[in-house]
Amino acid sequence: MTQAENGSPDELAAAVRDLCSRFGEEYWRKADEARAYPEAFVAALTEAGYLACLIPEEYGGAGLGLAEAGTILEEINRTGANAAACHAQMYTMGTLLRHGSREQKARFLPGIASGELRLQAFAVTEPDAGSDTARIRTFAERRGDRYVVNGQKVFISRVDHSDLMMLLARTTPEAKVAKRTDGLSVFMVDLRETGGSVRTRPVATMINHHTSEVFFDDLELPAENRIGEEGEGFRHILSGMNAERILLASESVGDGLYFVDRAAAYARERRVFGRAIGKNQGVQFPIADAYIDVCAAAAVRDRAARLYDGGGSPGAEANMAKYLASRAAWKAANAAMDAFGGWGMASEYGIERKFREARLYMVAPVANNLVLGHIAQHVLKMPRSF
Amino acid sequence: MNITVCVKRVPDTETRIRIAASGNEIDEGGVKYVLSPYDEFALEAALQVVEEAGSGRVTVLSFGGDATKESLRSALALGAHEAVLLKGEPTMDGWATAQVLASELEGDDAALVLFGVKAVDDDQQQVGPMVAELLGRPCATAVAAMEVGDGVATCWRTVEGGQEVVEIDLPAVATVTKGKYEPRYASLRGIMAAKRKPLREKEAAVVEPGFVVESLEYPPPRPEGRIVGEGPEATAELVRLLREEAKAI
Repeated sequence: MTQAENGSPDELAAAVRDLCSRFGEEYWRKADEARAYPEAFVAALTEAGYLACLIPEEYGGAGLGLAEAGTILEEINRTGANAAACHAQMYTMGTLLRHGSREQKARFLPGIASGELRLQAFAVTEPDAGSDTARIRTFAERRGDRYVVNGQKVFISRVDHSDLMMLLARTTPEAKVAKRTDGLSVFMVDLRETGGSVRTRPVATMINHHTSEVFFDDLELPAENRIGEEGEGFRHILSGMNAERILLASESVGDGLYFVDRAAAYARERRVFGRAIGKNQGVQFPIADAYIDVCAAAAVRDRAARLYDGGGSPGAEANMAKYLASRAAWKAANAAMDAFGGWGMASEYGIERKFREARLYMVAPVANNLVLGHIAQHVLKMPRSF
Repeated sequence: MNITVCVKRVPDTETRIRIAASGNEIDEGGVKYVLSPYDEFALEAALQVVEEAGSGRVTVLSFGGDATKESLRSALALGAHEAVLLKGEPTMDGWATAQVLASELEGDDAALVLFGVKAVDDDQQQVGPMVAELLGRPCATAVAAMEVGDGVATCWRTVEGGQEVVEIDLPAVATVTKGKYEPRYASLRGIMAAKRKPLREKEAAVVEPGFVVESLEYPPPRPEGRIVGEGPEATAELVRLLREEAKAI
């Protein structure tokens, strides 16, 4: 579907803003204080269909692209809300959509689109395998028509708020494959049916990110829960990673605009020494500087989304968008902190909460150093550095 | 039962209004426009009444320029079934606007025509009752809640210090205020569906305004804050100033 048919992104942004306005700073401050999952906000967003944006219409979604999904997530974060609580419900299903069988899609996608099934956890990272994904050791052993899974994952976000979870596990030992990235497979785990074979333990964080360790102890999965080809799992999840980076770049753009909006408004109104503090170049320049970076990041994000929606595989653009946006948001966060002075630290202003939340995207879903490594190696053809 | 809701596109209440060089209109540069918030209450009332009845259509009608289509589309995304734009340039003359709207509504089969109690840009509260007069229909103003029965609507009106319950025979006109009808937000499905809903455009009837804005002025600037003293002993002076100078208590 083209942009013209979808109307202006302003219309979509305005509708998202309207929804978010029902959940103001007070709502988020209380959730932050209680370290609580923002159930009511997620329910409203789900019920209004925004998280089914990328699911094709035939499965009950809106059938839109990353451009629109990015607009939604950007606007959520721009209002001061935190899309991280539920963004993965939008895109985790991508692997299923691209590599699942017709039966698997018909079985899961309509429930994910309606929100009845929450698929917002993807178990990849392990204590000894983060960025180096091919080193994962969680093993799914084929036994007849089933796989039996044993191992351990960490930083599995929202697993305690999911009905379904995607899992990347080894199905052939690393020693027996030609390439390290071979021999991995993707599975759909129905967390409601796992009994005691899957245990989770939350990791306490400073950033309102609900993430956990997950332990598999003889988890039995029917073979029909494998998504795509056995041994091809690593490649199956790659294009999903591009989508994730473009969407999280959108959240960082939203965070950046939140800080710029708030800081500029405060700088216009707050008077010290008989004049608005924004009259001082020391205050206004860092805010303008951050705004320029946010706009540049948004332009690269737009390009990446356009390429992805056009059927491309924009690895470089997706990574660059994520890198630029996370840094721009962080610069804007610091500009806002400086502009607000002591009040920036006060919980009631919301700035310090967002400051903590925005920091995450410098290291997740991929560390910015690895983005540099990717660009150096794959775009600039320098030797691999890691 | 069909309901027509008349809506107006107005500057967002958070917009900083600047007076244009002409001195008798606002500078539209950089102004963000929204559906007038009271019109959102009216639209929500219409949607709830039709949903409760289980049948009927909600039409949104507006008099304005091309950009007004954006506001109408947002009303369609909230659940209105169709939209009509009377293309023209509305002025501050409520009587002229009422005549334009009434000429369209005369052939309308809507049992209820709803308005917001006022538009938040000019605050005149004229157009709804004037349209009722032109159509020869009863009108209930400042309605906070309504129940629509067979040929009659019961309306709870917000009045000073309480509520007044009135019954109006249908077809009728009502202006809606804050009360029962908290506006919903658009779903993504609603936004997508709105693109397929009819939005008809017509040239508005031409009515010469008899009401001309001579000039606009900014409110007087707020004086600097004043510290009247510290501690309990300052209370008496503070109360005196609040009473005699600010007339706030």
